Amino acid sequence: MNASDSDEELYNERSALVPSENPEVPSYRPDPDHSPTEDSDSKTTGFSRRTRPGGGSEREAEPEEEEEEELPLKYGAKHVIMLFIPVTLCMVVVVATIKSVGFYSEKTTQQLIYTPFTEDTPDVGRRLLNSVLNTVIMISVIVVMTILLVVLYKYRCYKFIHGWLILSSLMLLFWFSFMYLGEVFKTYNVAMDYVTVAVLIWNFGAVGMVCIHWKGPLALQQAYLIFISALMALVFIKYLPPWSAWVILAAISVYDLVAVLSPKGPLRMLVETAQERNEPIFPALIYSSAMMWTVTMANPADDQPSETDEEAELSGRRAEPQRRQPGPILEDELEEERGVKLGLGDFIFYSVLVGKAAATGGDWNTTLACFVAILIGLCLTLLLLAIFKKALPALPISITFGLIFYFSTDFLVQPFMDNLVNHQFYI
Amino acid sequence: MTAAVFFGCTFIAFGPAISLFLFTIAREPLRVIFLIAGAFFWLVSLLLASLVWFISVQISNKESTSQQKGLLIFGVVLSVLLQETFRFAYYKLLKKANEGLLALSQEETMPISIQQLAYVSGLGFGFMSGAFSVVNILADSVGPGTVGIHGDSQHYFLSSAFMTMAIILLHMFWGVIFFDGCEKQRWFVVAAVVVSHLVVSCLTFQNPQYVSSLVPTYIIMLSMGIWAFYTAGGSLRNLKLCLTCKDKDFLLANHRPR
Repeated sequence: MNASDSDEELYNERSALVPSENPEVPSYRPDPDHSPTEDSDSKTTGFSRRTRPGGGSEREAEPEEEEEEELPLKYGAKHVIMLFIPVTLCMVVVVATIKSVGFYSEKTTQQLIYTPFTEDTPDVGRRLLNSVLNTVIMISVIVVMTILLVVLYKYRCYKFIHGWLILSSLMLLFWFSFMYLGEVFKTYNVAMDYVTVAVLIWNFGAVGMVCIHWKGPLALQQAYLIFISALMALVFIKYLPPWSAWVILAAISVYDLVAVLSPKGPLRMLVETAQERNEPIFPALIYSSAMMWTVTMANPADDQPSETDEEAELSGRRAEPQRRQPGPILEDELEEERGVKLGLGDFIFYSVLVGKAAATGGDWNTTLACFVAILIGLCLTLLLLAIFKKALPALPISITFGLIFYFSTDFLVQPFMDNLVNHQFYI
Repeated sequence: MTAAVFFGCTFIAFGPAISLFLFTIAREPLRVIFLIAGAFFWLVSLLLASLVWFISVQISNKESTSQQKGLLIFGVVLSVLLQETFRFAYYKLLKKANEGLLALSQEETMPISIQQLAYVSGLGFGFMSGAFSVVNILADSVGPGTVGIHGDSQHYFLSSAFMTMAIILLHMFWGVIFFDGCEKQRWFVVAAVVVSHLVVSCLTFQNPQYVSSLVPTYIIMLSMGIWAFYTAGGSLRNLKLCLTCKDKDFLLANHRPR
């Protein structure tokens, strides 16, 4: 079985992280008496101003200063955690499925049409060559799809894009969820009738479409986005040949870097076009941790091709830097709720890496190591985001760390730990 | 080898650590980030130690078991030393980062104190160390099997769980003591931490005679715990006030009535 084409279109864009609004770094104030009489507005972007007493009551001012000074740092740290939690959840879903449902880690001879070269040859050189060729084909498909999306966006073919996204999310929410449910039932030997399954899948899919493409509670929308990212990652883990998957991961990080940062990169052009037009880029294709989205974006987003979809992930992995600033005044008041946005493609590829680590070999150490590496990469990326304050690719650092730790843990640490555990030595 | 063994051993090994995490770290984003960074540093140290061990095994005689065992012991000692080196490196990095943040923000207080960082980084090291030691064993304990059917000890899972708990708590105590020693430039304190870590690891060479390895380890853990308690500013008076709910600072900080 070949997975449908619309799924493949999914991974187009690279994701980048969107700072909804970066807390400004407090500027240096050469104030000799250490008691600022004016408010430190440079520190608190949008937070209510606190009046300070004059020079005499420094003592009282200090707790407030302390609090305000801590705010930019805590604010940034809070965003990191707001992304750690969904990324962790997605990885947990993928790893739990891989370890319990055998279907997704079984060897399969079917391959996607995008990776036509088989890896069944005994010759190592030939296998490597085949994986590289598979990667080239896959990446070219992704590049073409991304450029197509950018062109469509530029020429304002919103209806077409919208239809494309709806089709893809329909496929994910109904067909793939049905398959997943079927495999889970098979694993646990649960007897189930078609009527019940039809009702379950219908409800699940319909609510998902509404939440993702229209309006819904933020938590529910986030949950659906995480679930469909996990589903997509599971499809990749099953149908990509082993070596090709690793080469594709590496190649996609490089592509992400190029597409987001280079001046002619398609994703950069997408972001700039969206910024010029003052529109959100497919808001639902991107995981947003902020509540403001549903409040302020309800109106302009109605005719926008926004919603998460595989394409979103593929396409929507871009960060949207300062789109908010010229937005409505409502934003200022809801500043506390602002969050960071991460494209769904990031979720997918992180989960693919961790899922493959869990699938190959029965070893949990490798999975844990990749998990920690990806989180640290995400942390570093967010740090860079706070420093540079523009759209950044979220894949390169995390995937690089993940790959390094996967291979080194699998080949170096695993034998060492196995020997230690055999003798029950502790380090 | 049932769910009972799995859950029992998991909670023995990770119970204290997870409760510490939930009650003191989970609500503060900064602490969570530094915990994960600490885990990452431990992982890198393990990677380097494994690399050296792997190279030494490749160039050695693979047939001779005594040589392999000797190399393993060498690997353990090297790993302990590297872990402590990376703890020191993490300390230096945190100091630099804190200084940078302080300079940037013009304030006199840091959002997270060095003592909190010591505790959090120690716990991060502990989590990762414990996880790497015991997770595969726990995964195996869910499935069917008989422990020690070929004459090995039957208490394998239980002793592993207890040892892991000790190691996690020890890492946390060592973190607190180590950072304090570095802060106050008391290098004998740092040396004591390194030596006690080596002692604990070397005690495990006596496994499966669990009495001679677990009991001294727990004694060391208790003494390190008391040392860390006093290092972090605790005292009998503080303890009494806290236990009888009369500690005003603690109650105020947690918004509870006196």
